[in-house]
Amino acid sequence: MSRAKEYSWKEQREKRAYLALEDGTVMRGYSVGAETDAVGEVVFNTGMSGYQEILSDPSYSGQFVTMTYPEIGNTGINAADMESRQFFANGFIIHNVNTPSNWRSEIALSDCLKKNGIPAIAGIDTRLLTEKLREQGTVKGYLHVEPAADLPEGEGISKAEAWCGLDGQDYASKVTCEAGYDWDPDGSLTASWGVADELPEADLTVVAYDFGVKWNILRSLRLTGMNVKVVPAQTSADDVLKMKPDGVFLSNGPADPAAVGYAAEAARKLLGKVPMMGICLGHQLLGIACGGNTFRLKFGHHGCNHPVKDLMTNEVEITSQNHNFAVDVDSLDKSKVEVTHINLNDMTVEGLRHKKEPMFCVQYHPEACPGPHDPYYLFGRFRELIKSA
Amino acid sequence: MPKRTDIKKIMLIGSGPIVIGQACEFDYSGVQACKSLREEGYEVVLVNSNPATIMTDPEFADRTYIEPLTPEILTEIIARERPDALLPTLGGQTALNLGMSLSEQGVLKRYGVEMVGAKADVIAKAEDRNLFKKAMLKIGLDLPKSASCHSMEEAKAAAADIGSYPLIIRPGFTLGGTGGGVAYDEKEFEEIVTRGLFYSPINEVLVEESILGWKEYELEVMRDGKDNVVIICSIENLDPMGIHTGDSITVAPAQTLTDREYQRMRDAAIAVMREIGVDTGGSNVQFALNPDDGRMVIIEMNPRVSRSSALASKATGFPIARIAAKLAIGYTLDEIRNDITRETPACFEPSIDYVVTKIPRFAFEKFAQADKKLGTQMKSVGEAMSIGRTFKQSFQKALRSLEIGRSGFGADGKDKFENTSDADLEELVRVPTGDRIFAIHEAFRRGWSVEKVFELNTIDRWFLRHLEELVAFEDEIRSAKDVSGLKADLLLFRQIKEFGYSDRQIAWLLGVQEADIREAREEVGLIPVYGLVDTCAAEFVAFTPYFYSTYAEFTNTGITDRKKVMIIGGGPNRIGQGIEFDYCCVHASFALRDAGFETVMVNSNPETVSTDYDTSDRLYFEPLTLEDVLNIYRTEKCWGAIVQFGGQTPLNLAADLEKNGVNIIGTSPASIEAAEDREYFQELVTRLKIKQPRNGLARSVEEAEAIAEDIGFPVLMRPSFVLGGRAMVIVYDNEMLRKYMTEAVEVSEERPVLIDAYLEQAVEVDVDCISDGDTSVIGAIMQHVELAGVHSGDSACVIPTATLSDPVLETIRKHTFALAKELRVCGLMNIQYAIQDDEVYVLEVNPRASRTVPFVSKAIGVPLAKLASLVMAGFKLKDMGFTDEIIPRHKSVKEAVFPFSRCPGIDVILSPEMKSTGEVMGIDSTQGMAFLKSQMAAGNSLPSGGNVFLSVRDADKEAVVEHAKKLAEFGFTLYATLGTSTVLRENGIQSNAMFKISKGRPSVLDMIEEKNVAWIINTPSTGAAPMRDEVKMRARAVIRNIPITTTMDGLGAAIDGLGSLRDNGKVAVCSLQEFHRHAPKIDVSRAKI
Repeated sequence: MSRAKEYSWKEQREKRAYLALEDGTVMRGYSVGAETDAVGEVVFNTGMSGYQEILSDPSYSGQFVTMTYPEIGNTGINAADMESRQFFANGFIIHNVNTPSNWRSEIALSDCLKKNGIPAIAGIDTRLLTEKLREQGTVKGYLHVEPAADLPEGEGISKAEAWCGLDGQDYASKVTCEAGYDWDPDGSLTASWGVADELPEADLTVVAYDFGVKWNILRSLRLTGMNVKVVPAQTSADDVLKMKPDGVFLSNGPADPAAVGYAAEAARKLLGKVPMMGICLGHQLLGIACGGNTFRLKFGHHGCNHPVKDLMTNEVEITSQNHNFAVDVDSLDKSKVEVTHINLNDMTVEGLRHKKEPMFCVQYHPEACPGPHDPYYLFGRFRELIKSA
Repeated sequence: MPKRTDIKKIMLIGSGPIVIGQACEFDYSGVQACKSLREEGYEVVLVNSNPATIMTDPEFADRTYIEPLTPEILTEIIARERPDALLPTLGGQTALNLGMSLSEQGVLKRYGVEMVGAKADVIAKAEDRNLFKKAMLKIGLDLPKSASCHSMEEAKAAAADIGSYPLIIRPGFTLGGTGGGVAYDEKEFEEIVTRGLFYSPINEVLVEESILGWKEYELEVMRDGKDNVVIICSIENLDPMGIHTGDSITVAPAQTLTDREYQRMRDAAIAVMREIGVDTGGSNVQFALNPDDGRMVIIEMNPRVSRSSALASKATGFPIARIAAKLAIGYTLDEIRNDITRETPACFEPSIDYVVTKIPRFAFEKFAQADKKLGTQMKSVGEAMSIGRTFKQSFQKALRSLEIGRSGFGADGKDKFENTSDADLEELVRVPTGDRIFAIHEAFRRGWSVEKVFELNTIDRWFLRHLEELVAFEDEIRSAKDVSGLKADLLLFRQIKEFGYSDRQIAWLLGVQEADIREAREEVGLIPVYGLVDTCAAEFVAFTPYFYSTYAEFTNTGITDRKKVMIIGGGPNRIGQGIEFDYCCVHASFALRDAGFETVMVNSNPETVSTDYDTSDRLYFEPLTLEDVLNIYRTEKCWGAIVQFGGQTPLNLAADLEKNGVNIIGTSPASIEAAEDREYFQELVTRLKIKQPRNGLARSVEEAEAIAEDIGFPVLMRPSFVLGGRAMVIVYDNEMLRKYMTEAVEVSEERPVLIDAYLEQAVEVDVDCISDGDTSVIGAIMQHVELAGVHSGDSACVIPTATLSDPVLETIRKHTFALAKELRVCGLMNIQYAIQDDEVYVLEVNPRASRTVPFVSKAIGVPLAKLASLVMAGFKLKDMGFTDEIIPRHKSVKEAVFPFSRCPGIDVILSPEMKSTGEVMGIDSTQGMAFLKSQMAAGNSLPSGGNVFLSVRDADKEAVVEHAKKLAEFGFTLYATLGTSTVLRENGIQSNAMFKISKGRPSVLDMIEEKNVAWIINTPSTGAAPMRDEVKMRARAVIRNIPITTTMDGLGAAIDGLGSLRDNGKVAVCSLQEFHRHAPKIDVSRAKI
């Protein structure tokens, strides 16, 4: 009668896996993903839903994502909700993993993590870890999950310390597409469950730089009537202009904006020649292109509940965010660019607009996925910008 | 937008008495609103008929009217106060409906009052089924197929159109779905439609496609005047569609939606807010989701703060009502600060890092005849909420918060389905009842699969899997074998606690005592830590000290070394224990905070003011069990704990707490227990030369028979140690006695049955008294309107006493002081006396706060509970200036309110077993008017003319003559049963004779059906069971909302009231502040540590 065997409490209890932080902290748990060790920068995300979108968001490349919500995996993983071709986070840190129950679930979270080769640890006191990150800022970590090797904790800590981290690292070139491609020519990736049943006519063509682009950005552009040509991160401005796009989009992406000089350079060249929109890393690059600097936030913004005020309309939108760097407001030449959006939690820059050239960008994620759709109108604004240019 | 300066005075309407579907959550929201508006400098006029609320404390509003909540009375108040604005969205459906009436009747326009929060057309659009449907279709949302019907013919046509059973029937404009239901066939359909058409004030029912078994969700939404909209909380029902959400186990946040599905729902909720056009404030939107394909339909929206808003506020820490009030006067969300983080604005969506479970509490044990099956009509009387890091932890805590004697999800020795057949168990797992969750436990214990259980009840597999895992884990716990096994396997021990198992469950599984597990836990250092409810999942530093326990590695925050008093609350509302006790707990916290103590509140009821985040210095949302309370006491290192304010719940813990080193302040638990100990008590009253009805203690049927014979029938019988007169009856003969002893109660050596002589025709008196050991002061002597034998909680009572002679009053005072001294009362004490032929008998003494404390405090203008808490902390009454009994000039009447219309078929007769859910107060310069107001407030509005039906028992035939004469004089047309009619005729009073129901027609039943009777006066026959005829009549009358008077004394009081109304011409209103002008100034501020 006992079905306890179906559950792996005994194994879980052993808590053989651990997360070692560069400051010497070790938190023990059990492995629920791929059985390979990894290094990563530890961040926390306060979204209560959307773990699949987070895992498949290339911006998390190089990072271990800690979910503050304790029950994870509840709805499994399905193909339609992928934000890119695979999982990109370096590791996943959660409190409790669940067997899925949802009519769209195709594979359990744990199985999918294994398939993608992403290590994950459960049984972690994620609140303690979050408090730590909040107080100390983002830290480097080492995730030890390999069952065979019994790595002493001290070595784990050393490996975390020894890792170069993300500062000054160009991760965009690691996650970008190998070659340019047309987004979703048959429409099947865009017209999926809960997004749209049919697609509108596309009368514009935009080029999207892929620094680690989320698919829902591409879906959103397509749904706003634009065909999208995706190009690799290192594509030059000239090559892009040769494609004669109606607009150019700079995508989100991982790591440090200061380390992708080539992209900022391309942005600088494109500015004024073609209408532009940027999101997240794309926003930071446009900020740099306009002469500004970026700086690292203490623990970043990762979640679905950030209030952003549109300074033009004074309206507040609840936004999805995922960034560790921000544009320094004082570094901006106010005669050229103006701040259009600010974060109401810490008053950092969330949106910019060029005063003369057709360009705007936002630090947060109007494409949501995960998160609220409040700022979705920005894609429409991009369309208007192109039309009026 | 800054706040509005064009309005200065705002009227706020409360929700009236506690009834099923509308409980103290609206006291909580009203209190927040009052505080929120007054801190902005507005003058607040508050109206509510419920004296047990904190909001009606005179210091919470500039003007407080404890007056009946009717359009007429509100019009009087508006004419007198001339408010600039009316805020109707914080007092439940009652306030919303009243706001609508005042608008429709042109009252608001006439007096230039602006409705803020929601306009009349918005309310209509949300509440009117047709308008709502139209609006939803306009914004492209899906709804279940449905049609609004105003007759049976229309309903049948609609049923044919939809095509298949089951069908859902929802009456329009009723509270908590009164009169609605699910029809599985044509016969049920006709029955429910008939009932629904009747209950609906606009004779309208909605016939709807069944979405039974679908997943059910609620989103709590806020919108400001600038169209910023945020979702505060998502709630997922564990029980699928088909059960009223108030009766469902619900979980926050939503568990089984992907982000894409959740955002689709969020978009829909925001679209609903905008389309319905709620200007500002909180609303809730309910959705159903087909688990097979995700089809989402909208169920309903409430354009006001609701029970779910209170739950969402407590679940997330976001104070919805407080913010809603600020939005109503012009602020926008980004202009209001989040009190919790202090840095970030209120314009955000809370993120939580724990799981919240809410479980309804039922009172079916009170209404044996009521149908226990749950449906679309709400039947629960209260709820408990719990917070845990995981669903398992949260769920187990919720079950042990419920106070139904369970220590978690089974495994506590109380599982009762072990011998149920598989076939019966299937039925129990399938049919929704309050017990179903334990049937599911048994199903998994038998090895049934998640799939099989899902097939039976469509509870989402996600929940079922967690439940199955808990059941399976019991074997793991057993595998430890004993306490030393546990201590040897710390990883297991820790896992057990992380899964939310209580010490009691572990003890039961290992066959040891709870204390053994506690000791083992403490020995190995397995102590809970306290997580913060911080709205932001630890992203920001939080300042609000609102906690839940869990087993984790993070550390406790903000524990000081100040002198702390723990106040143990009352847990979920139930009949006999409700808002009155929460009122006392809140007062204790206020008073002790002011006196310089740090107050630590522990409670599990999300509806209450006590669980508001700024009521106490530290709030622990925890089950009220020895384990949970002791953990907090020790973590906080409290100086003392108050157990006498939270009703029976903390009292039941008192002895064990004391044994474990808790300093119980005030009257000692030994004294409290002594008063319950019949033998000790008898010795005590004999010593004090106080008379007591003859009585005895029976441990067997034989003993009971012997005692009854000795005392003489009728006798009053009840089990020991209960609150609310549970299972208390008047027994008239041996046959009934034997039935009671064998069927109604469990008798044992430790739990004997108490037998008292029943004093017939005696007047009952309640006394609330406060004592500090040196000085005892009577709060009030209350005279009951109903004779002894009706539970004091169900009886109307008046302050000051009406007919008692001075010598009787003196005797009562003398006895009260003697008992206070003898029991060494430190704090409050309640005594019940019966007066028969000028002899004073003591019935019961309870050295603790009673249900009447708030009523008395409001009648006399003295905050008794505050004084009592200070007395317990060592301050003296003399120093605070309260040394003399106050006999106010004005008259106050308390009346009880009953849930009869919620449970069709049950009898409405008052008995020694308490049945009321709430109370109202009538206050006026004359006794008659005060009584009349209390009846209006209780929804028992007495007619001023029309047909009256009289049917009285033989004992009352003489008394009824005088009353009937008056009624005829007032212009009523009298109808009476043959017997009563004959007596009236003999005394020269004209009446129309009617058949008894079983004897022929026309009978009163016909009059009821034809709505041809305005008032029924019926005193029940004495003897064994009430006559079938009478039960039928009263039950029908309740459904038809016809006032019924069941006692001669009640009738006398009513006639006095009608007389006063005739003399005065109209009902005058007056604020509590004016009534209290003459009250002595009590200075609690002199108490300081």
